[in-house]
Amino acid sequence: MSLNVRLKHQLGDVLIDVDFQTSSRLTAIFGKSGSGKTSIINMIAGLVKPAKGLIVVDDRVLFDSNSGVNIPIHQRRIGYVFQDGLLFPHLNVEQNLNFGVRFNRHAKQALNANDIISLLGLQALLKRKPINLSGGEKQRVAIGRALMSNPSLLLMDEPMASLDEARKSEILPYIEKLRDVMNIPIIYVSHAKDEVMRLASDVIHIENGKVVAQGAPTLPQTFG
Amino acid sequence: MLFSLPLGILTALILARGRFWGKSLLNGIVHLPLVMPPVVTGYILLLSFGKQGLIGKFLSDYFGLVFSFRWTGAALACGVMGFPLMVRAIKLSIDAVDRKLEAAASTLGANGFWVLATVTLPLALPGILAGMILSFAKSMGEFGATITFVSNIPGETQTLPSLIHNFLQVPNGDFGAARLTVISILISLAALMISEYLAKRIDNRIDFS
Repeated sequence: MSLNVRLKHQLGDVLIDVDFQTSSRLTAIFGKSGSGKTSIINMIAGLVKPAKGLIVVDDRVLFDSNSGVNIPIHQRRIGYVFQDGLLFPHLNVEQNLNFGVRFNRHAKQALNANDIISLLGLQALLKRKPINLSGGEKQRVAIGRALMSNPSLLLMDEPMASLDEARKSEILPYIEKLRDVMNIPIIYVSHAKDEVMRLASDVIHIENGKVVAQGAPTLPQTFG
Repeated sequence: MLFSLPLGILTALILARGRFWGKSLLNGIVHLPLVMPPVVTGYILLLSFGKQGLIGKFLSDYFGLVFSFRWTGAALACGVMGFPLMVRAIKLSIDAVDRKLEAAASTLGANGFWVLATVTLPLALPGILAGMILSFAKSMGEFGATITFVSNIPGETQTLPSLIHNFLQVPNGDFGAARLTVISILISLAALMISEYLAKRIDNRIDFS
């Protein structure tokens, strides 16, 4: 898989002006809060329309301001795990997981439901309502829900930002398993260097809306 | 009320989510029956939906649908009077739905219609029910617009309050009026209790987190 992104967009005080390619299994977009990381993946998902740019996943052009291509959000097949989970409060875990299935039947299913449920350890939670889940459980369900919609790319926006240390160490192994087992590339947004060091094979360092470095997390220059 | 529900949901959606020129004008028109004297609303209905009225003439000529001095007219008057209450309740509950949940639904592949049907409207359900009950209660008590538009014909356009009014105009009508008053209190109370019960059940089901 390959992701090719070129964006120009004024957002408040920050001018987002980035141009990067990546083809690794888990790419981290790393930077301080307010640097524009989340806005970048919002544009990839289609939630925000960039003023200018190009977004290509594999050979599929999702957005191109030159030729006027702008595929709507629901046709992009990009999974999104939001910072605060955003599970549907009126549905139980099982219904949340199945939400995206009916819209993506035509696409070739890369993963089956049982694999996702066992990989994320969700069996015991299926009949519960989101309000009865811990923060870590909610995020696991949110990851499962995104995977069930059979995405060609998975975006994760600081999925552990709202969790305490114990919960973080509980959910990290799941994300590692996901990265190693599933055939879906992941873009992982984070401001935590330790998470990025542990998970990513490619790091894109963003500062004030610009890419200041890109490379393996082991390289010292990556983190400036 | 059942006829006005889809229209009420549509109007509430437009007012909650739309952004267009003249929105505050639409908002004003929707709320007019709430603040205008009911007799004025009834008179306007008579002018527009009456046999000689523009809309009324069209409907009776082409569809055989007559409103003036019929029960259909009473229903129309009640619907119009209850409409602002219904729209208000529904709009507030749509405003309260987290738009990020709708964004999440669209990243999962749901188009606009499905987002509305599976996320927005289910989450706004308590407000929709409250709106229905409120407009129903308003219809029950509707007097001014009805009596102006379709008069007070026994068995055709008579509403509870207009019948009570009748009883009070005749000697020895006190007993009949009192009986109807009790009925009216019972119906209103039942409507309110049903709405409370529904709201509670939905709260338990939804578990707002």
